[in-house]
Amino acid sequence: MPSLKDIKKRISSVKSTQQITKAMKMVSAAKLRRAQEAAVSARPYAEKLQQVLTNLSRREEADAHPLLVQRGKGRALMVLMTADRGLCGGFTANVSKAAERFIRDNEQGFEAIDLLITGRKGKEFLRSRVGESIVKVHENIGAHLNYKTASMIGQEIVSSYEDETYDAVYLLYNAFESAISQVVTLEQLLPIKAEAEQEVAEDTTDYLYEPDRREVLSQILPKMVEVQIFRGLLESNASEHGARMAAMDSASRNAAEMIDKLTLQYNRARQAAITKELMEIISGSESVK
Amino acid sequence: MAEKLTLEMVTPYKKVLSVDVDEITAPGTIGELGILPGHTPLLTTLKIGELSYKQDGKISHVAVNWGYLEVGDDKVTILVDTAEKADEIDLERARAALSRAEDALKTLTQEDAKFAVMEAALQRAVARIQVVNDR
Repeated sequence: MPSLKDIKKRISSVKSTQQITKAMKMVSAAKLRRAQEAAVSARPYAEKLQQVLTNLSRREEADAHPLLVQRGKGRALMVLMTADRGLCGGFTANVSKAAERFIRDNEQGFEAIDLLITGRKGKEFLRSRVGESIVKVHENIGAHLNYKTASMIGQEIVSSYEDETYDAVYLLYNAFESAISQVVTLEQLLPIKAEAEQEVAEDTTDYLYEPDRREVLSQILPKMVEVQIFRGLLESNASEHGARMAAMDSASRNAAEMIDKLTLQYNRARQAAITKELMEIISGSESVK
Repeated sequence: MAEKLTLEMVTPYKKVLSVDVDEITAPGTIGELGILPGHTPLLTTLKIGELSYKQDGKISHVAVNWGYLEVGDDKVTILVDTAEKADEIDLERARAALSRAEDALKTLTQEDAKFAVMEAALQRAVARIQVVNDR
């Protein structure tokens, strides 16, 4: 049976842990709001770009640009977006496991699948499992996320696709659904798939292109990759804060539960001690009579 | 003029503009172009420069970076990397960037890898200063 002093010590230690988790939750909530805004305000750009691309590719033969051409199944690159810091529940584990599964499932399909990881935690998680696949890691992107970083990664990917290092590029990240729910999402980055022919009333207006179609297409397609990366990073960032907030919330609640239990134990022990003392006094006074 | 153009300008960060305008002048890659209501559908890339639009007789200017412009059905969609309105531009900084770029360009030659970068920086600075001056 632990002594009164021991129990008291434990209570105060759990209390200070709870204070920390509570503070982290608040910080994450604030960061989440900002990240969410950024993710939402990036959407119109991506959607508009997609629209234009759909418009373009409808009039264009499939092999109009290298980035549209389906090549054989050689090497593939997977871009995996994870967190730089831990304490965010299953955030990194979920997406990393999905990557691992994808690699195992598609081993036959490709010669090899390489991994490009953003975030330190994903690297640590996968190093022991599929370490040989990891070709590049970008750390600390999430903290100062800007378009420049995304476009840098995008250009890197596009050029490695163009020089045929890779024949397909996939993107795997936690899409932001709500503060408490993230969905592991797999997207094909390259070759760019022209949207499935929609049944919309075909606007037959022929566009004028300046300088010309090919030129416009060759500028927009790489942009598309950059934008998708940027969007993935934003969503992943928002998801991370959401996941951390949820994890810290449940940690705080668990701590509260534990404090309750310990307090009960403490009071019981205290009462037992009092009873014992009383009995000693009474029996002592009885014996002197 | 009864007819108007709907102008929408978006950057990767946010929607910058969504207004009804009478006229747009944009820096196309192969030359400045003006757009009035009833323009034929067009898709063009933009270069670094100054984009202006006329709204109720008042002309506003925006400095834009790489992007492109789509015209269709009296709706103009502009996607750019960056867009800065006149009141968002720090003139001092733009001037400093201009002189820095000019100095750098004097020492560089066409073949240098940095040449294109500095040239772009120069163009951006010029566009910014122009936007502020035209205000």
